[in-house]
Amino acid sequence: MSNALEIEGLTKIYGDGFEALKGIDLHVAEGDFFALLGPNGAGKSTTLGIVCSLVNKTAGKVRVFGCDIDTHLSDAKLNLGVVPQEFNFNQFEKVFDIVTTQAGYYGIPLKQASVSAEKYLKKLGLWGKRDTPARMLSGGMKRRLMIARALVHEPKLLILDEPTAGVDIELRRSMWTFLEEMNRQGTTIILTTHYLEEAEALCRNIAIIDHGKILKHTSKKALLQQLGLETFVLDTESPLDAAPVLGDFHTRLDGEGALEVEVEKGQGLNQVFVQLDQMGIKVISMRTKANRLEELFIRMVEQNALDSRKNVEGAA
Amino acid sequence: MTPQALFTAFGTIVIREVRRFTRIWPQTLLPPAVTMTLYFIIFGNLIGSRIGQMGGFDYMSFIVPGLIMMAVITSSYANVVSSFFSMKFQRSIEELLVSPVPNWIILAGYVTGGMARGLGIGLIVTLLSLAFTQLSIHNPPMMILTVFLTSALFALGGFINAMLATKFDDISIVPTFILTPLTYLGGVFYSIDLLPGFWQGVSLINPILYMVNGFRYGILGVSDVNPFISLGMILVFITVLAVIALKMLERGKGIRH
Repeated sequence: MSNALEIEGLTKIYGDGFEALKGIDLHVAEGDFFALLGPNGAGKSTTLGIVCSLVNKTAGKVRVFGCDIDTHLSDAKLNLGVVPQEFNFNQFEKVFDIVTTQAGYYGIPLKQASVSAEKYLKKLGLWGKRDTPARMLSGGMKRRLMIARALVHEPKLLILDEPTAGVDIELRRSMWTFLEEMNRQGTTIILTTHYLEEAEALCRNIAIIDHGKILKHTSKKALLQQLGLETFVLDTESPLDAAPVLGDFHTRLDGEGALEVEVEKGQGLNQVFVQLDQMGIKVISMRTKANRLEELFIRMVEQNALDSRKNVEGAA
Repeated sequence: MTPQALFTAFGTIVIREVRRFTRIWPQTLLPPAVTMTLYFIIFGNLIGSRIGQMGGFDYMSFIVPGLIMMAVITSSYANVVSSFFSMKFQRSIEELLVSPVPNWIILAGYVTGGMARGLGIGLIVTLLSLAFTQLSIHNPPMMILTVFLTSALFALGGFINAMLATKFDDISIVPTFILTPLTYLGGVFYSIDLLPGFWQGVSLINPILYMVNGFRYGILGVSDVNPFISLGMILVFITVLAVIALKMLERGKGIRH
């Protein structure tokens, strides 16, 4: 399978000397649902900004479906749809005009653009707002407007920078469903997100970036296997005052009083239930904690910070 | 992009620009009409009637071409500088930057948008002037060419100003401290024959003098300078500013990090 995005040795040094990207390599296969994760200032937005021509690179190669942005920028851009982190449309223009104008920039005549705009505005629940100036929309609607705008020219690669930031849970779930459908239909999707639960739920492959370097670039499955630890959330019949001590298992209470038990690879769950039974604690339901990726992410970023400090101290 | 796609992209930018200035017509179309009407009444009728003839014409007829040109210059400039800077400020310029529209189409689209407003205002002011004086056009091709090229030139100037501007103050400095004085001293209200020799020489380094006089020649057939030199100068300025604007777009000056 060919690659939707190939990045080689990408470096970015800003005018003030800050090295945001330190020669990163990255590839995203066609049809993938890919997450680029990292803490604030790690280099996620800079990377995507270079791919989308919003940031000038210092060195390195970027190819979108084989089109080099240095030599075939126009072809590369035709394959790209971009949903930025910040609202970046004219707040005074009407929803329909914003979407059709964007199509016009891709050379799509108004008649054809209107059909495409109607399709995506309907899919994203904005058709009823088509004549509303963008400034009158709610935050969630503005996010959906940016998605409709990014899709109006039917790109093969959709890049979303924090697409669900500030969006309520219900809307976030509906946006996930929409993006999954787009991906099933063949659109390659790359997203950055602070909600690691989102990456865990949607993405097949993940790269973790920190301080301008790629720390990990692998499948979500392989990444989660490295965790070697799974957290189970147990709801008990009676509320617990404190987390019970269960031998080798690490336990704690979550914010809502449910019992969280960490189970390492090779440990059986039976022992947990035997001990809880002996204590007279009745479990009424159990689920795995969804944000396993978050734990792994935090570990990697902390380890990277520790390594960086050691290197600095070593050099000194 | 195919030539047809490029034309669609160009048309999209122009239509968006026209939609913008017509949507806010009380800010864009009405003020110059009101201001120029006041100029016609005060300078043309009230004061002009006591001045007598200038350049062989009554004062009202003399200032009409200059006032039309003044309106065209300020409107062409203002449209592009405010529209493009607003796009930078709101970051909606990113809509264009991520798209495959080439830089020369972006520039051509904005300049044409600025010209649409400048020439539209020029037409409004011309129609208003007919209420005060009769216009007989001496050389229509020269008049049309001069006003079109001048409008394009100042739209380009507005584009460069917007690229360089980092705050709203920056888009009013050039119009207030450079454009307005040069326009007022560019022979809109007087013939430079009235000035002492030294100041005539100084006036000749003001580029707006050539544009006003080229346009005046087109309408009245009189000019302080050779109208063909005027046209040549405008073309040179257009070429220089277009090259600068394209270079700035290529480097992403003020729009790409």
